[in-house]
Amino acid sequence: MSSLTDSAFAAMDLIAQQDPLLWSVVARSLWVSVWATAIAGVLGICFGAWLAVTRFYGRGVLLTLLNTLLALPSVVVGLVVYLLLSRSGPLGYLGWLFSLKAMVLAQSVLVFPVVAALTRQCVEDADRLHGEQLQSLGAGTGLRSLLLVWDERYVFVTIVITAFGRAISEVGAVMVVGGNIEGFTRVMTTAIALETSKGDLPLALALGLVLLAVVLCLNILVVSLRSWCLRVDGAMSDPLQKAWV
Amino acid sequence: MNAQIETQPPISNSRELQLQLQGVDIQFGTHLALKQIDLNVYAGERVAFVGANGSGKSTLLRVIHGVLPFSSGQVHWQPGVQQAMVFQRPHMLRTSVINFVALALWLRGVPWRSAKEQALQALQQVDLQDLAHRNAKTLSGGQQQRLAFARALAVHPQCMLLDEPTSSLDPHAKREVERIMEHWIAESATTLLFSSHNLGQVKRLATRVIYLENGRILADLPTAHFFHQPLERSHPEAHLFLRGERV
Repeated sequence: MSSLTDSAFAAMDLIAQQDPLLWSVVARSLWVSVWATAIAGVLGICFGAWLAVTRFYGRGVLLTLLNTLLALPSVVVGLVVYLLLSRSGPLGYLGWLFSLKAMVLAQSVLVFPVVAALTRQCVEDADRLHGEQLQSLGAGTGLRSLLLVWDERYVFVTIVITAFGRAISEVGAVMVVGGNIEGFTRVMTTAIALETSKGDLPLALALGLVLLAVVLCLNILVVSLRSWCLRVDGAMSDPLQKAWV
Repeated sequence: MNAQIETQPPISNSRELQLQLQGVDIQFGTHLALKQIDLNVYAGERVAFVGANGSGKSTLLRVIHGVLPFSSGQVHWQPGVQQAMVFQRPHMLRTSVINFVALALWLRGVPWRSAKEQALQALQQVDLQDLAHRNAKTLSGGQQQRLAFARALAVHPQCMLLDEPTSSLDPHAKREVERIMEHWIAESATTLLFSSHNLGQVKRLATRVIYLENGRILADLPTAHFFHQPLERSHPEAHLFLRGERV
């Protein structure tokens, strides 16, 4: 217990001193995860919304597959992306292996199913309730899905935060495709794993605290932004919306 | 689905036939919600669909409107007929009242600027012009239904479909919406198809009443005949409905 307390104090000290090593790792983590979330967010929302409003043969199989991918182990994603990007792989010519781009790709692959599956569920529920009325206005399938996404936009903030949380907290995929190279591809989670194995618990703990603090700040920011948007919208008089905030 | 919606009526008539349904069936799983519906609607008619809950009124309106695919049969619309529908519980998009109406016009090819001008005119028809820039979601139930009505009016429909437009409203809101509906009906020659549980409303607004039970049309009569002629022998189910024994 005392070593944990000592480590916690040492971690606070590192944060207070603005240790450059610590902050470079934090910045790299944020860069990789923000890009991965942005890419997977755009693609996942488009794919999920399309899947929600279209009907085709084999859709059920695709939905089952998508929902299964929610539990995709990050090391498996890392391995697949590694094979794709390795010199003999189909994307080997890009030369991305052991780079930040490879880590972005791996995290994007990891969080894409999260965004797509949650979007599909959200848009499909909205379509069941209101799709007919949008269809009645003359909105075709594509436009209907876009309108439903726009209408449910505050829910997507939560979906994107969930995706970001999954991206920034994973360790397996970025470890495999990034290689955990100091000053180049080392991010918070891989650094925590490494420092723990080396016995440098203060740095590992400091990184863990920063990781939590980053996610906490982001959540506060997003919730505040959503509250503000709802107030601007004037939708606060809707009890359902009040419950959201 | 072997059913199809066509815009060319197969037969001609001295009165202007606007809509024709032939043998329309709709099946949800093993349940037949509409059975062999045959119906002709002529321009300017005001047709009320009445019947107990689950009789198929809303389903029939949605099939006619083209938002619900049917299992078999045919629906023919006269070419070029603009139709609009007001739903029982209108869904408000998270946007301003004026944009909500303008969207319906924009989706029909009206340029956005012009759509907003026309939207404002439609809002004036339902006394919502002062709320044009409010979020549509924040309106009361009655205001939302009036807004849905404005959106339908904005596209200048030749046929208006109303699915129990006042059933989910409180008495005050109901009166507001009815006042607007009656005013519009008095001034317009638009064909009106509506479903209602409110027989007083049916009496006031309809020229023809269609009674549905278990997805079948069991009576199709002029309003005066439906309410004032004995139906015991000719239409016993409709007679029981009017006596409040089929609710």
